[in-house]
Parts: sequence; C-alpha cells; structure tokens
Amino acid sequence: MTDHDHDHHHDHSELSELELRVRALETVLTEKGYVEPAALDAIIQAYETKIGPHNGAQVVAKAWTDPAFKKALLDDASKAVGTLGHVGRTGDHLVAVENTPQRHNMVVCTLCSCYPWEMLGLPPVWYKAAPYRTRAVKDPRGVLADFGISLPKETEIRVWDSTAETRFLVLPMRPAGTEGWSEQQLADLVTRDSMIGTGFPKTPGAPS
Amino acid sequence: MNGVHDMGGMDGFGKVEPEPNEPVFHETWEGRVMAMTRAMGAAGAFNIDVSRFYRESLPPTVYMTSSYYKKWFLALQDSLIARGYINDAEVKQGHAAAPAKDLKRGPFKLDDVKRVMTRGSFARAAEAPAKFKPGDRVRAKNINPVTHTRLPRYVRGHVGTIERHHGVHVFPDTAAKDAGEHPTWLYTVVFDGAELWGPDADPTVKVSIDAFEPYLEPA
Repeated sequence: MTDHDHDHHHDHSELSELELRVRALETVLTEKGYVEPAALDAIIQAYETKIGPHNGAQVVAKAWTDPAFKKALLDDASKAVGTLGHVGRTGDHLVAVENTPQRHNMVVCTLCSCYPWEMLGLPPVWYKAAPYRTRAVKDPRGVLADFGISLPKETEIRVWDSTAETRFLVLPMRPAGTEGWSEQQLADLVTRDSMIGTGFPKTPGAPS
Repeated sequence: MNGVHDMGGMDGFGKVEPEPNEPVFHETWEGRVMAMTRAMGAAGAFNIDVSRFYRESLPPTVYMTSSYYKKWFLALQDSLIARGYINDAEVKQGHAAAPAKDLKRGPFKLDDVKRVMTRGSFARAAEAPAKFKPGDRVRAKNINPVTHTRLPRYVRGHVGTIERHHGVHVFPDTAAKDAGEHPTWLYTVVFDGAELWGPDADPTVKVSIDAFEPYLEPA
C-alpha cells in the first residue's frame, strides 16, 4: 500500500487532525502577510493541469525525429529544451541520458525525492518511498521486475542517483514499427516511467 | 547526517508498488503544503538545502511512518518556528499573534508564481581550477558530518571514476547551515556494482552519484 494510507484514519465527513493543522498554518502565514492564498492556488493548479509527463514526452518525441535536436539534448538538455517553445523554459542542470541496446538508464534519489519536475511533474508516491529509494542502487533488476519489466541479462544498467541539483531525464529507445510517425503520435507512446527508466514506451498498436 | 533518509542499499522495505492512474495529490492539504513550502522558500525563509535538512532531522520514527507531504508539513512548520517567522502559540491557535518578520524577498504574491515554476540556477563562477577531470579515479571520502551532506553512506570509502563535470555549484553542506554557498566543482562519479556491494553484485550494474569536489580525493 502507499504510505499516504497512514493518514486515512478519519471519517470523510470531518477534517483530519492533519488537515486542520495544515489549514491553521496557512491561516497564520496568510494573516502575517507572508503568502497570498491565490498564489498557492496558482502553484497547485499548475502542477495539476499544466506540468506533467506530457512535457517530457514532447522532448523525447522531438529527439526521436530530429537528430540535431537529439545531439543538442544529450549535450546540454536545459539549453535544448529551452529551444522548444511549446514545452517552455526548463531550469538549469537538466541532463538527458540515452538508452541503447547496450545500456539502460534508471533514475533515483536515495536521499530525498529529486526529480525533473518541469519535465515530468511531481513525482509519484513510489518514487519517494523507501522500497524504491533503498533498492534502486543495489538491485535495479529486482526493482524493474516489480514494474513487470526485464532486460537482457547482458545489458548494462546504469543507475543515476540524483544527489545534487542536476536532474535526469531518460531518453528511451524509439519503439520499432513507428517509422514515419509524427512527433505527436510518438509523444503519445512515451510514458512517465519510460523517462525515469522503470518502464518502456508503449508498443504501437497495443491497448493503452 | 547519518539519518534514516540516507536509504540507498538498505534491505527489507519490500516491493515497489506503483499506483495505477495516481493523482497529482491524494488529499487537498498535500497541495497546500507543497505550495506553502515553495512559496516560503521563494520568499527567502530558507534555501533548498535548509528545507531538506529539516526533513532529514525529523525523528527517525516520524520520518519512517509519515507520508511524504506530512514530512514536508512537519519540516516546514519546524523551520518557520525555529527561524522566528511564526511561533508555537500561533500554530496552536491557528491565528497570527506576533508581528511578522521581514522576508528576504518579500511576501509571496500571485505575480511571483511564474518565477518559481522554473528552477533557479545553482551554478556559480569558479573560484579555483577543477581538481579532477573525466577519467580520473577518485575515492569518496569517509566523512560522517552530523549536519547536512549529499554524500550518501553507500559510496563512502569507495573508488569510482569521474565521468562528467557539471561546472561549479552551490555547496549544500554549507548552504544548509546558512554558512555561505562556497561554490565547488560538481562531478558525476560512477562506481561498479561490485565496488559498492561486493563480489556477489550484479556485474552489469553501475551506479553514479553527483559529487561535490570536497567529497572526493584522488585514488
């Protein structure tokens, strides 16, 4: 079960103790003039509606169709993403790492929850929880098995522990059978997990 | 700090359990906590390393049994009280009582939102030449500070290879103490699985960290 279930000991008709404490803190911060509630609303709304894995998927699809962009992305991902107007500006220190038949990349933050927010949105619960953070660096094949995927036994697995302000985006391999596809069609195949390295892109024609 | 947050390589936590169609937030309050933390950080109440250190400093039992955003909430409240922006009585009453303390960058308003949606840069000008270059063999130092560090325990004492450098960045170990940015070179250092986990390790595994120059010595 996800660890948020620890907070589910309340009847939904009343506010939990934690909800009350969060409301109290927001009231104090607002009354003291530190934050505007409307500004908090806007941050939340952006993560709920604008910023998510579709941003990263656009970048991946572009790299699959445009060799010059792919080269620029692998060379300096922040700069390359900055040239894509429809994705928007991304912060500094983004690093794109390419999956190949010889090497599979996987990203973790063992110390906290560092994640490329601007490309993928907020991280899922499992990315921030102990099972993934403990095992990704020691038993990445076991972790991939938890996701229902496996790699050839000779494939190198490279785990990137996000211990600084660098942020990693996995560039997965383009699925076979997509020759001539448009960027948008390709972007629809790119999953969040394939950009973390715990999944593959969707297979053309498979039910989504 | 050798806290429970430094989890790489521990056993016994079970399987990774992805949640299908996971929502961005499971509860409304989670979004409020995330947004308050971003807002107070942007306003200058704390830097990112300070906020991480407050989360790491939660009692280990609390850290291990609290949901992600509950940890964020507890650490946010602790840090704002410790730094004099709010006090205990105010959070108990749920109302402001004491005068506000000035924020370094002023109150966080709607106009500031756009600015925080793009991460700031942690790159700084070099103050000294880089000690290492790609290909160099380095050992992660055996250091055990009780304060914040981004050198995980599982690499300390182990030898790896410099693979990339990322220029000069703010040094979290001092920034977390409000002791200055002390910009240092930052490198990707890659370790063989067997170097970290012994001869039984999967020979196809390589693990990298991004290491600040003070964490490394020539090997």
